[in-house]
Amino acid sequence: MDRKGNGRFRAVVIGVSTGGVEALKILLGGLQASYPLPILIVAHIASEASNGLALLLDDFCSVRVKEADELEEIVPGTAYIAPPNYHMQLERDGKITLSVDPPVNFARPSADVLFETAADAMGAGLIAVVLTGAGSDGSIGLKAVAAKGGTTVVQCPMNAVADSMPKSAAAVIKPDYVMPLERIPELLIQLAWE
Amino acid sequence: MDQDELFDIELRLLLSGINQAYGYDFTDYSEASLKRRIMHWFVNSDYATLSDAQARILRDRDAFESLLRGITVNVSEMFRDPPFFKAMRETVIPHLLTYPFVKIWHAGCATGEEAYSTAILLNEEGMAGRFRMYATDINNAVLQKARDGIFPLKEMQRYTRNYQSGGGKKSFSDYYTARYDHAIMMPALREQIVFASHNLVVDSDFGEMHLILCRNVLIYFKPTLKERVLFLFDNCLLPGGFLCIGLKESLEGRKIASRYSEVAPKMRIYRKSYG
Repeated sequence: MDRKGNGRFRAVVIGVSTGGVEALKILLGGLQASYPLPILIVAHIASEASNGLALLLDDFCSVRVKEADELEEIVPGTAYIAPPNYHMQLERDGKITLSVDPPVNFARPSADVLFETAADAMGAGLIAVVLTGAGSDGSIGLKAVAAKGGTTVVQCPMNAVADSMPKSAAAVIKPDYVMPLERIPELLIQLAWE
Repeated sequence: MDQDELFDIELRLLLSGINQAYGYDFTDYSEASLKRRIMHWFVNSDYATLSDAQARILRDRDAFESLLRGITVNVSEMFRDPPFFKAMRETVIPHLLTYPFVKIWHAGCATGEEAYSTAILLNEEGMAGRFRMYATDINNAVLQKARDGIFPLKEMQRYTRNYQSGGGKKSFSDYYTARYDHAIMMPALREQIVFASHNLVVDSDFGEMHLILCRNVLIYFKPTLKERVLFLFDNCLLPGGFLCIGLKESLEGRKIASRYSEVAPKMRIYRKSYG
């Protein structure tokens, strides 16, 4: 058994854009270092400085936060940030792969790429979260997650710095949960121990 | 069984068929990227199912070539990762200048943007007329684009910024002519590069090299294929020669690693030992 504990979930994926740094501080900041699932994050943050966002969040949060490396095996209690200018994918063997394929939804990394590959890899064992952001990245991916039996979470658009990403996601599917950002850490904890 | 599971089965059958019929082996490509590319090709095709596509592909070389173009198309940018090009100027060039003539292999060059970037850099650093660059790719359609050296003009603004922060010494517009919405690279640059077809999965190397660049190509391969390709590079790289891979790639844990040291931290520029 390669999965941790007896829970039905094996990983969390998150897509976030405008307002992402603050949102991730709140979300990851609400989790303990012992959080039992790996977390994979695509954030559209205009940053040439590789590793910048990961270092900032790692200082701020209890969970370990790092920029994802190629062929890295995902482990619980760790959040992996997609490197700037690369797509991040989850393979069926639980390893991260990167690609420089063209931008999707004008974005590289793209949340759709992460969500779709993670849905393939984890099926019903996946929790996918769409947070604040401009544009519509993550919507198609969220649909793929739902189709594979995964659990979908969308930040309440009224509560988001930029509402179009969560609005678009909630228009494509009926998410399992729509809630304010502040309540999402609690939900992720509850689901993880289910 | 849902549609997606069926697609996965059809995908495995198709890849096996392609290997048997045409000798192109994709079993050691990373699955997520390969599947996305085949899916992308498939939804833009007229086939109702991947099995329909397979029946045609196994019988019709042109249909196969269309798929091959779809799944092996890598993207390339000019002066992607400017700090890397800066490090090239500072750490690699001084060594290359000690040779009367150097040979360079750009493996997996795609549409050629990075090969042109490297050629520009070599010219600016005093290597004009003293190098030959072999730029290779598995995909003949992108190679033709690379040979043509014509790129969208709208990209040039971004490339100019990259060029400048990568230590560019001239005006980037000196290197191309703008025509309508395209930029045509200077013919003198094109003449310094030999574009040729080469499949890293099955082909052997071609001669001794002083510098090999293969950035963001190995990330599409599984470890077994990575090892094979790195062995191929090691085989033709001269002692004291340089190997450049992508910034998120690494020789760590690879069999050839003991013969290489990283000469520019985090820039993934490795030098082969003389031992």
